[in-house]
Amino acid sequence: MSAYGSPATGVAVQAAPVARQAWAGSRQAPMLEAAGLALARDLQLAFRKRGQLVQPLAFFAMVTMLFPLAISPELARLREIAPGVLWAGALLASLLALEFLFRDDAYDGTLEQYALSGQSLTWLIFAKTAAHWLLTGLPLALMAPLAALSLGVSAAAVPGIVASVAVGSVALSLIGSIGAALTLGIKRSGALLSLLTLPLSLPVLIFGARATQLAITGGPLLAPLELLAALAVLGVTLAPLAAAAAVRISLE
Amino acid sequence: MTWTWFHRLGSPPYVYTLAARLTPWFAWPAALLIIGGLWGGLVLAPPDYQQGDGFRIIYVHAPSAWMSLMVYTTMAVAAAVGLIWRIKVAHAVAASCAPIGASFTFAALVTGALWGEPMWGTYWEWDPRLTSELILLFLYLGYMGLRAGLEDTQRADRASAVLAVVGVVNVPIIHYSVTWWNSLHQAPSVMRLAKPTVAASMLVPLLMMLLGFTLFFGAVLLVRLRGEVLSRERSASWIREIVKA
Repeated sequence: MSAYGSPATGVAVQAAPVARQAWAGSRQAPMLEAAGLALARDLQLAFRKRGQLVQPLAFFAMVTMLFPLAISPELARLREIAPGVLWAGALLASLLALEFLFRDDAYDGTLEQYALSGQSLTWLIFAKTAAHWLLTGLPLALMAPLAALSLGVSAAAVPGIVASVAVGSVALSLIGSIGAALTLGIKRSGALLSLLTLPLSLPVLIFGARATQLAITGGPLLAPLELLAALAVLGVTLAPLAAAAAVRISLE
Repeated sequence: MTWTWFHRLGSPPYVYTLAARLTPWFAWPAALLIIGGLWGGLVLAPPDYQQGDGFRIIYVHAPSAWMSLMVYTTMAVAAAVGLIWRIKVAHAVAASCAPIGASFTFAALVTGALWGEPMWGTYWEWDPRLTSELILLFLYLGYMGLRAGLEDTQRADRASAVLAVVGVVNVPIIHYSVTWWNSLHQAPSVMRLAKPTVAASMLVPLLMMLLGFTLFFGAVLLVRLRGEVLSRERSASWIREIVKA
């Protein structure tokens, strides 16, 4: 972590004057511009340490591999359990990735600067969560079909699987942002983070697995997909508020 | 109308003595109602025509399940009050609620499992109500885990309050998604209580137990609240005076 410490602060310093110019230039939507800058910063930082980006994906692939080894290599049986395997894997992988959401920024003081910047912390946290989803949720959604194909699922199910994981992971990232913010500063918080986040994520798991199952069997998957989208929308509206409140509490 | 009675509730010494004075008013009626309800439920009520004497576990199971939700609601309301108006005593109430609620949830799960064995032929059934109850237990454990993880009391109060409020928004969503999940995955083969008109001799003891459990929760909460106030205010001068006296 320490090796990457300096580029992190470097970008924060660079971003600040740019942001100030932007607010001076146009007073229309400084909140959105600040959020956009925070998003760009997070993406840029993430691409500088690509190794960390690959970890949740590799973890997801590993979890998927466990099931054929533990249960049976028969594709007919694997196809039956594929939705559960995919969603349990996606849930665990996104949980693993949550630890990176605020940790580095809490260590180097960036979160504190965000809170003091006078900008809406809710929007900045939302931007961070959006960046987190782009870096973990979206790649997971793109990787899920590969895992599904390896479990004997036919290629016709691919669009449905991508859609359900993409939409569901939005909700997972948002719910997780609350847990990650609440556990900031707690040492060895991994187990606690999962204890806080998993019960709240169960509706996403239920609807996501159902949508995936319907995609595999060729059924009408619109209803569970819409419920997933509803959870995602609810998350977008409320989760950043709660996460920002939690971040503020951790800085008090 | 004056609000002094409300403002005084924010003062730890006042709440400490008030809780001590109120405890017997909850504890004695609770004891009488629970003894009466048990007598009525276990002895006076006739056996169920379908379930025989097995149904009698409802007199503990249903009030526990009811309390598990009520305590969570109480905890979340207290936590929200503490978060919004920054009242320390409200946080103490929320913190005192959690272990009680977790115990009621655990009791509801155990009695549900014991009831399930003779009725369904299995201790555990992935029934939506049992599953929701199990998730509720995890919510309580998460709340208590977060409090234990944060050393600073004030931070623990506020962070766990955010969690309790988030949990309250989520409980109905979890409940309905679990119900929906179950109705899809499992044919309704489980034998369950239809909703017959319950005979008064069965219903009255149940209502007595419900009220008795609620008052019992009140009494335990008051005792725990006093302990919580004592440990939070341990360096305050009013406690030194109490200890001396």
